[in-house]
Amino acid sequence: MINIGKYTLYTIIFIAVLGVLFALPNVLSPEARQYVEENLPSWIPNQTVNLGLDLRGGSHLLLEVEMAEVIRDRIDSLTASARSISRTERIRPDSIRRSEAGIIVTLREDDARDTMLSALRKFHRAEGVAVRESGDRIEVFYDDDALRELKQKTIQQSIEIIRRRIDETGTKEPIIQSQGEDRILVQLPGVDDPERIKSLLGKTARMTFHLVDMDVSCSDTRGVPAGTKCLPHTDGTSAAVPIKRRALLSGDMLDNAASTFDQQSGQPVVSFRFNGLGARKFGDITKNNVGKLFAIVLDDTVITAPRINEPILGGSGQISGNFTPEKANDMSILLRAGALPAPLTVVEERSVGPSLGADSIEAGKLASVVGLGGIIFFMFLSYGRFGWYADIALLINMALIIGLLSMLQATLTLPGIAGIVLTIGMAVDANVLVFERIREEIAAGRSPVSAIDKGYQGAMSTIIDANVTTFIAALLLFILGTGPVKGFAVTLMIGIITSMYSAIYLTRVFVVYWLRRNRPDTLKI
Amino acid sequence: MIKILPENVSIPFMKAHKIAFVLSVIAVAISLFFIFSKGLNFGIDFAGGIMMEVQLDEQPDLNQMRSDLNNIGLVGSVSIQEFGSVRDLMIRVQEQPGGDKGQQIAIDSIRSALGTDGVEYRRVEFVGPQVGDELIRKGLYAVLGAMFGILMYIVFRFQVQFSLAAIAALFHDSILTIGLFAWLEMEFNLSTVAAVLMIAGYSINDTVVVFDRVRENLRRYAKKPLEDLFDESINSMLSRTILTSGTTLLALVALWAFGGEVIRGFVDALIWGVLIGTYSSVFVATPLLKYFKLQRDEI
Repeated sequence: MINIGKYTLYTIIFIAVLGVLFALPNVLSPEARQYVEENLPSWIPNQTVNLGLDLRGGSHLLLEVEMAEVIRDRIDSLTASARSISRTERIRPDSIRRSEAGIIVTLREDDARDTMLSALRKFHRAEGVAVRESGDRIEVFYDDDALRELKQKTIQQSIEIIRRRIDETGTKEPIIQSQGEDRILVQLPGVDDPERIKSLLGKTARMTFHLVDMDVSCSDTRGVPAGTKCLPHTDGTSAAVPIKRRALLSGDMLDNAASTFDQQSGQPVVSFRFNGLGARKFGDITKNNVGKLFAIVLDDTVITAPRINEPILGGSGQISGNFTPEKANDMSILLRAGALPAPLTVVEERSVGPSLGADSIEAGKLASVVGLGGIIFFMFLSYGRFGWYADIALLINMALIIGLLSMLQATLTLPGIAGIVLTIGMAVDANVLVFERIREEIAAGRSPVSAIDKGYQGAMSTIIDANVTTFIAALLLFILGTGPVKGFAVTLMIGIITSMYSAIYLTRVFVVYWLRRNRPDTLKI
Repeated sequence: MIKILPENVSIPFMKAHKIAFVLSVIAVAISLFFIFSKGLNFGIDFAGGIMMEVQLDEQPDLNQMRSDLNNIGLVGSVSIQEFGSVRDLMIRVQEQPGGDKGQQIAIDSIRSALGTDGVEYRRVEFVGPQVGDELIRKGLYAVLGAMFGILMYIVFRFQVQFSLAAIAALFHDSILTIGLFAWLEMEFNLSTVAAVLMIAGYSINDTVVVFDRVRENLRRYAKKPLEDLFDESINSMLSRTILTSGTTLLALVALWAFGGEVIRGFVDALIWGVLIGTYSSVFVATPLLKYFKLQRDEI
């Protein structure tokens, strides 16, 4: 153990230098880092540790996509297409029922069932919807694969829409990613009051245009006809509005939306423009329905229902609804970004203000420095010269941890800082094991060279066993932990690896070179 | 250089092991009693609910504030605690009905009751009950998974007997830690789970170090009585045990004193765990080996 080969030595030194190099950007001022960025070759490391939201301040939102809603919508459309197919094929099914993930069409007559079956198969061929005959029933449903695909697609679309909405608010570096089957994680650095973003994300923003049924009233106790439904008005005071169920146009045909002020009244309004197809439809609808009321519905609430005074052929219009400028702006964002495929619910929220984060960083730094100082002194007291060697290795170990964190761009959280401080305490363990062993060998009467050799040899299996078991605990914590706990596990794992390197190799280099140079007759340790 | 212990120290640990066993069994029984009778004071991570940390410019009248916040129509009582200083408060209330909007309304009404002048909202957290359940499940998996992994490694490296003794010590330490949380009604949250796992890691580390020496001595002295052999192994590792526990405690005390209020509960658990873990490797794990019928020729 006291012969260190040339290449081993180079590798040991190379790793230490690399660690210090990667850690260095963290202590440079922003100006110095900018200088490095601009003037030095790009292979020079210049990344700092990536601070978690609990340290830099920000908001963490976990959103749940209401998949049941999506599936319900899909089943609705399966029902609608089954009805329309039976109309065109002139078949009268005995019943069309909903099942868990699809519909069941019952047809007792064999010929009609065969016709219906082939028509349904043809219609759903491209969609990944399974069509199956069983007895006198035809089942049309989303199978497991199709459901999974549907969920994935919904999550992807939702992430896209969420990103667009958040980008519109000017939040920098948001992290938006899927988590599990039906959740989306949104992290917003620097946002400590996520109210506005939550209210933006809380709306599906499905906009549709309907004619108002002017023949009936929602206060009528006899109810309204089947093709009409009553929706509340957004201002909350007006009576519910009876609208025709069929949507004539929807928000996905919008080309653009912006908040402006009405030229006559000076009120904040949202102006919008349809794309080509939408503009043509909008023109036709307004031409054919002059004098009628035309309702603009957002998420099942009537925003406004103005009278169509004349055909609007340019494809643009404006929505006025007693908005505040802020509300008009938010609505234009929602319309520009598009509708979410399903409603979202916030199931977890954690927001940390910038001052708490800064305090935590300061506290963490102070605790690290005090802990480090105490241990350095303690090791010197216990082992003298050898203690100093362990101390130098400990400092390089710190640099390695910070360097690795910067290199891997792992997120450092407050528990992560605790992990580092704890690692400092435990890092010297390997050295202590070796030094104690050397003491024992000296006491047993060995020469210094032989005692040191035996000391490293004897302690090695203990060091490995002890560290591997701790590493297993840290790894499990990393795999199964969430959020800040994960940050703790990361620093702990990194710390175990670096402290084994620094205790086994780095300290040994110091010890061996001291031994070669001085060739002591007795060993004080 | 200061030697922590004189050379050739030999403390008859094995003589005391029966007393230690009795103490440990009593401590575990009391812990289990507290865990099942008082239950754990789950934080919002596991129980769900709303938590706000606020800093005030001036020292508030806590009683007044309590009665104010308990009169704004929230479900369940609003708890207010000092958090590190008299101006820092931790406000907690259970999950409110009405889903996402219900929480929002609750947070807003607490904000409007406290006002905005001289009040800084440093942290606002809300966890839904479903997420809480998942976090409990994941935490439990992490603890059990880690124990199983460690068990397998020790079976692989040592003998099954060592592994059983180590796991017994591990359960001992985990139960005493959780018991402490139940007894003192300290908040049990995600970072507590991390702390328990960390304690498991530390405790096993300490145990393995002594076991390693036991194994070595078993090979070296074929005839020595087991009790003497255990005593010698513990004694020769004693100075290391004290030193490493010492440096680790030093780091933890620094963290406790300067690391801020947010992680103090976490550090409390760790300090306790290091003490317990050190005790258990000497007084629980190693003496237990005696009762597990070590096969000397298989070492």
